Amino acid sequence: MKKTYHIEVDCANCANKMEQAAQKTPGVKEAVVNFMTLKMTIEFEEGRDPKTVMQAVLKNCKKVESDCEIDF
Amino acid sequence: MAEFVIDCLLGILILAAAAFLLIDGRRGSMRKKQRNMLTRILLCAAMLLLLQLLPASIFNQLDRILFPSAGRWLRFGAYFLNYLLIGYDILRKAILGVKNRQVFDENFLMAVATVGAFALAIAENGDYLEAIAVMLFYQIGEWFQSYAVGRSRRSISELMDIRPDYANIQQNGALERVAPEEVAPGSIIVVQPGEKIPIDGVVVEGASSLNTSALTGESMPRDVQTGDEVISGCINLSGVLKVRTTKEFGQSTVSKILDLVENASSRKSKSEAFISRFSRIYTPAVCYGALALALLPPLVRILALGLPGDWHVWIYRALTFLVISCPCALVISIPLSFFAGIGGASREGVLVKGSNYLETLAKTSYVVFDKTGTLTQGVFEVDGIHHCQMDQTKLVEYAALAESASSHPISKSLQRAYGKELDRRRVGQIQEISGCGVVAQVDGLEVAAGNQKLMRRLGITPVPCHEVGTVIHMAVGGCYAGHIVISDQIKPHAKQAIAQLKAAGVEKTVMLTGDAQPVAQQVATALGIDQVFGGLLPEDKVAQVERLLEAKPSKGKLAFVGDGINDAPVLSRADIGIAMGAMGSDAAIEAADVVLMDDDPLKIPKAIRISRKCLRIVYENIVFAIGVKLLCLGLGALGIAGMWLAIFADVGVMILAVLNAIRALFVKKL
Repeated sequence: MKKTYHIEVDCANCANKMEQAAQKTPGVKEAVVNFMTLKMTIEFEEGRDPKTVMQAVLKNCKKVESDCEIDF
Repeated sequence: MAEFVIDCLLGILILAAAAFLLIDGRRGSMRKKQRNMLTRILLCAAMLLLLQLLPASIFNQLDRILFPSAGRWLRFGAYFLNYLLIGYDILRKAILGVKNRQVFDENFLMAVATVGAFALAIAENGDYLEAIAVMLFYQIGEWFQSYAVGRSRRSISELMDIRPDYANIQQNGALERVAPEEVAPGSIIVVQPGEKIPIDGVVVEGASSLNTSALTGESMPRDVQTGDEVISGCINLSGVLKVRTTKEFGQSTVSKILDLVENASSRKSKSEAFISRFSRIYTPAVCYGALALALLPPLVRILALGLPGDWHVWIYRALTFLVISCPCALVISIPLSFFAGIGGASREGVLVKGSNYLETLAKTSYVVFDKTGTLTQGVFEVDGIHHCQMDQTKLVEYAALAESASSHPISKSLQRAYGKELDRRRVGQIQEISGCGVVAQVDGLEVAAGNQKLMRRLGITPVPCHEVGTVIHMAVGGCYAGHIVISDQIKPHAKQAIAQLKAAGVEKTVMLTGDAQPVAQQVATALGIDQVFGGLLPEDKVAQVERLLEAKPSKGKLAFVGDGINDAPVLSRADIGIAMGAMGSDAAIEAADVVLMDDDPLKIPKAIRISRKCLRIVYENIVFAIGVKLLCLGLGALGIAGMWLAIFADVGVMILAVLNAIRALFVKKL
């Protein structure tokens, strides 16, 4: 399953870091952050609940960039 | 002298920031966060200027009034307050970063660099200015990045502003505005002059001309009348139209295009992948370099050379390194260039489905055309009927009926030539023989329509035609009945397009077609195409493209241009698939990597020129940003460049790279 979320982040490098952080989160198969459109597209692994995975994603992203936000 | 320059600079900065804030007060083009940051920059610069202008004697006098070195501490306090004002959020993030084990976080590095500079300054009761200025300019850089990206994001979306806001539906005799999403397929909507057509549909009443420029980049208006299909995103220019919608809003052309362009920049190019790999290595490398610079030279001096360590000199140089450690300029400018390039191209009716495709397109060295619908109109007209054994209209009638089930352009042209309504009940047992033609039962007679191969298959000897064109041999009831010559019209700009491709640096142009070789050769010679392969079946085209892929030089890429009908396998097999005249054709939008909204062949060289410009900007930015950074690292290590130069270079490169990236948006005159 693939879902796209709106994100808030100020710098391009932070967006790259968020992408890496999201990719390392369990339950995430593939993560792409598009800084220009401020969108994060997450492909979830089979049978994972997007909501709980996204909470973990947000937590990991906050670790690399404390100012970021993800709307989910 | 240097002091004076700095004071002037701060003055200019204060004026610029104040002006920006005032203008923005009216326009509201900044987000709250950006406005707050700019206010902080303004206050910090003002305070710094004030502290700079304060004569040093004031602090010295304090020494006498209060206690010895009171002036020194007070001075430190004032500057430190100033530092906190501009840098507290960086310090906070740095501490958070350490907590989260993010050592190579640029906030952390910036904090280390400025706190280090501050500490060196305390030790010497000297130049606090530097630490504050570095932080100040770093923040200006960050602010500019956020502001510039926000602005270009908005201006690109404005360019792409084809999203209709509402649809008019008629209810109880009055027009009512509803959201386009709420309109079900089959509803009747009313489009008034000056409004956008919100949803794809068919005109049921009225006539008007449409401006399609937002979709195709073509400025000639298109006339429509009752019965014509209209596409969402066009602007109705003259008359009131009543349109029966055929799709939901989400499935309409305008939504598809918006989706496609917005998601295009998510498909990352090789340059972007390179930059994110580079930035992952760059920051740690610079940090270790800084550590080595701080430790090794002093130790060598003390241990090997017996000289004093000069620790503060080397620590200062190491801190200079840290200032340049952020790869921001690179990381921001590359995706921004692609985004701007894709946005600018879409404005010209060239939809590129990803940054990676834009990159591949720029490397195109072979362009392969499927003749029909790209170089020629794909509209065939009957040129002549020869060796006919029966009434000529009767022959055309048989041909049209036999081909009645096919949507091939040739069949269509036969049906048009017949000109009357086709009675499908007269036709049965239609057998389509791919690449040969059709055999069907018409009025109980076996009618075969196709090329020479078909005739030979049926054991009939065809009479060869001396005219150039596509020849349809006919056999009725097992006997040869003559042939119909039809020809395809070359598009007016086709020759010019081939010449422009050559001028743009394309090495070789190739044409593939199902037509017989002599016909194909004639068209190719007329257009100036290098190589022709005629008489190909659809599956031969894939094989031919594969052979060309093998034969071409490994660096160049092969682009295949088709009309999006029946050529999906070839479109996906080529390095890059370009579909033409795709406005409203879902299949073509699906299959291709680059979609040309109208069918003007001049758009092909234009698309290549746009991609080349975009890629040139990308490379300029990469070389420029990395070059300046390396230069600064070198000068910093030698002690020629201080932190001042480092931060200026860093922020300056970023600003220039962003401005350069935005240039990719302007492609109209290419």
